[in-house]
Amino acid sequence: MTAQDKPRTLYDKIWDDHVVQQDADGTCLLYIDRHLVHEVTSPQAFEGLRMAGRTVHAPGKTIAVPDHNVPTTAGRETHIENEEGRIQVAALDTNARATGVHYYPIDDVRQGIVHIVGPEQGWTLPGMTVVCGDSHTATHGAFGALAHGIGTSEVEHVLATQTLIQKKSKNMKVEITGSLPPGVTAKDITLTVIGLTGTAGGTGHVIEYCGQAIRELSMEGRMTVCNMAIEGGARAGLIAPDETTFAYCKGRPNAPKGEQWDAAVAYWKTLFSDEGAHYDKVITIRAEDIAPVVTWGTSPEDVLPITGVVPAPESFAGGKVAAAKRSLEYMGLEAGQKLDEIEVNTVFIGSCTNGRIEDLRAAAEVLRGRRVKDGIRAMVVPGSGLVRAQAEQEGIAQIFIDAGFEWRLAGCSMCLGMNDDQLSPGDRCAATSNRNFEGRQGRGGRTHLMSPAMAAAAAVTGRLTDVRDLMAEAV
Amino acid sequence: MEKFTQLTGVAAPMPLVNIDTDMIIPKQFLKTILRSGLGKNLFDELRFDADGNENPGFVLNQPAYRQAEILIAGDNFGCGSSREHAPWALLDFGIRCVISTSFADIFFNNCFKNGILPITLPQDVVDVLMEDASRGANARMTVDLEREVVTTSDGKEFAFSVDPFRRHCLLNGLDDIGLTMEKASAIQGFEAKMATARPWI
Repeated sequence: MTAQDKPRTLYDKIWDDHVVQQDADGTCLLYIDRHLVHEVTSPQAFEGLRMAGRTVHAPGKTIAVPDHNVPTTAGRETHIENEEGRIQVAALDTNARATGVHYYPIDDVRQGIVHIVGPEQGWTLPGMTVVCGDSHTATHGAFGALAHGIGTSEVEHVLATQTLIQKKSKNMKVEITGSLPPGVTAKDITLTVIGLTGTAGGTGHVIEYCGQAIRELSMEGRMTVCNMAIEGGARAGLIAPDETTFAYCKGRPNAPKGEQWDAAVAYWKTLFSDEGAHYDKVITIRAEDIAPVVTWGTSPEDVLPITGVVPAPESFAGGKVAAAKRSLEYMGLEAGQKLDEIEVNTVFIGSCTNGRIEDLRAAAEVLRGRRVKDGIRAMVVPGSGLVRAQAEQEGIAQIFIDAGFEWRLAGCSMCLGMNDDQLSPGDRCAATSNRNFEGRQGRGGRTHLMSPAMAAAAAVTGRLTDVRDLMAEAV
Repeated sequence: MEKFTQLTGVAAPMPLVNIDTDMIIPKQFLKTILRSGLGKNLFDELRFDADGNENPGFVLNQPAYRQAEILIAGDNFGCGSSREHAPWALLDFGIRCVISTSFADIFFNNCFKNGILPITLPQDVVDVLMEDASRGANARMTVDLEREVVTTSDGKEFAFSVDPFRRHCLLNGLDDIGLTMEKASAIQGFEAKMATARPWI
């Protein structure tokens, strides 16, 4: 067997197809097919290019959209109150127009979170390399694209050369066997995996998610799973493309058409891990063992089924004991407290993790005929203007509004609180986002991560709630 | 980029695990369009209370560590967001080297682009360095990238290793983009090949 015939993983194949040059020590120059750009991590990169007299190498492969600090309230097209935010959005506008990259400005209905816009517009396709100055670029791995976050210096590097200097990561396989039980979603899969491996469990690896439960997920669900690969420390998450993937891509504005479509699908069908391919790490979880989960602490690895109790810090080992103690103090929780008795005063549905149409449908399903509990602030921030429009068309928006939710414009919003959508000290939030770090959603704010259906259930009862209880109950 | 060859300075102990980039530089400071000036907000929510007063318990507020140039940190340092504002803030404060048992991938990469040396060492070695750092301002450590050795204040030496290409770039203060642009013809060749093989891209 020659080296060429050696069984390869999906990651190996995509990697091999993008190596421009390899040095003796294994350092590679990797070609980048798609570069997504937003307003927060790009101004210094564009400035760097200008200072060095360099230009954007491939504007046609670069997509820009403001998302991180755009307001999600009406009137934002003409005025952004926060001066620094306004300057960043204006800088992106100037840089995008001056360099001729594809651009979705704030007043374009297609504007939204960069990781939702890319797939929606057909920029993200199987087998591609995709990067963005944002850690949740891992989302695009759902298409069988090698996608990861980069820093601003690397943004500048990609703008100038359409390549990155990289060393190959290791291969890790996460297999979810069987089918998910009712009430359990893609978010529960991805949180459960992080709970098991820890936030550094994937460090140095690219994770390939596979198994029946992954195959049975929609593209939206797969994006949720891959989105949080980074929270497990992995460089990227990947799912082999299949008919579900092709069906999602077909007809998208920037997907190939006609003969090129056929050629693309023929290539995409070669993108799977060969029998006998080597993985450096393998994790297998039975889908039947996954329950609706929530986080209790300030790290995404602090995950437990909703039926559980807040753990005692002493039950951990090493540096985690002190970290868990600190988390409980910050979160205002006591060991032994039942998770489904923790009261919240805020609910946030949105983000690149769970701001797609299927997420809104799942939450609306729980909210139909129900009301947000008095005293709770509940908001929905659709992931893009098109998701918002579709939800309005399907009548979902009305369900949210009737239930007492705020129906917002698209953006990153309270996931990271760079705009005005923030928690106040002591606020406790049921959030469909991806990070429960201290201060992430606002200084002193307390975040519990969960699925959209679970967040909707919390909005109804005012406490962390097992959505299966509401599902069993007739409205 | 400033070269990194050898550094002798005060090391501050931060044993907390999973120190994320939101802690290193909270989001309200990401609205800048500059790379400089973030040092005053490094670890902002740990360093200052809600009214902006210094929290005297925080290590970098203690007299011994105000001039720290090295951090000895708990596992998985720099996890979370890709924000390069995190290494920019460390650098602006004066930190040129971080030592831990592991680093999050993107943060690790970002350090090298900014002349900061992240060093990964086993737990038992990090424990010794943490102990040494806890002795305060008189315990000055030396990090020698040429020899790839850390020396504690009492002369104990520990070897570390850095990827040869990255070490070369740090030692010489080389700009990645300049290096890659020398390979322009290889990039063009690849693009020509791809225009036929995968024209839909």
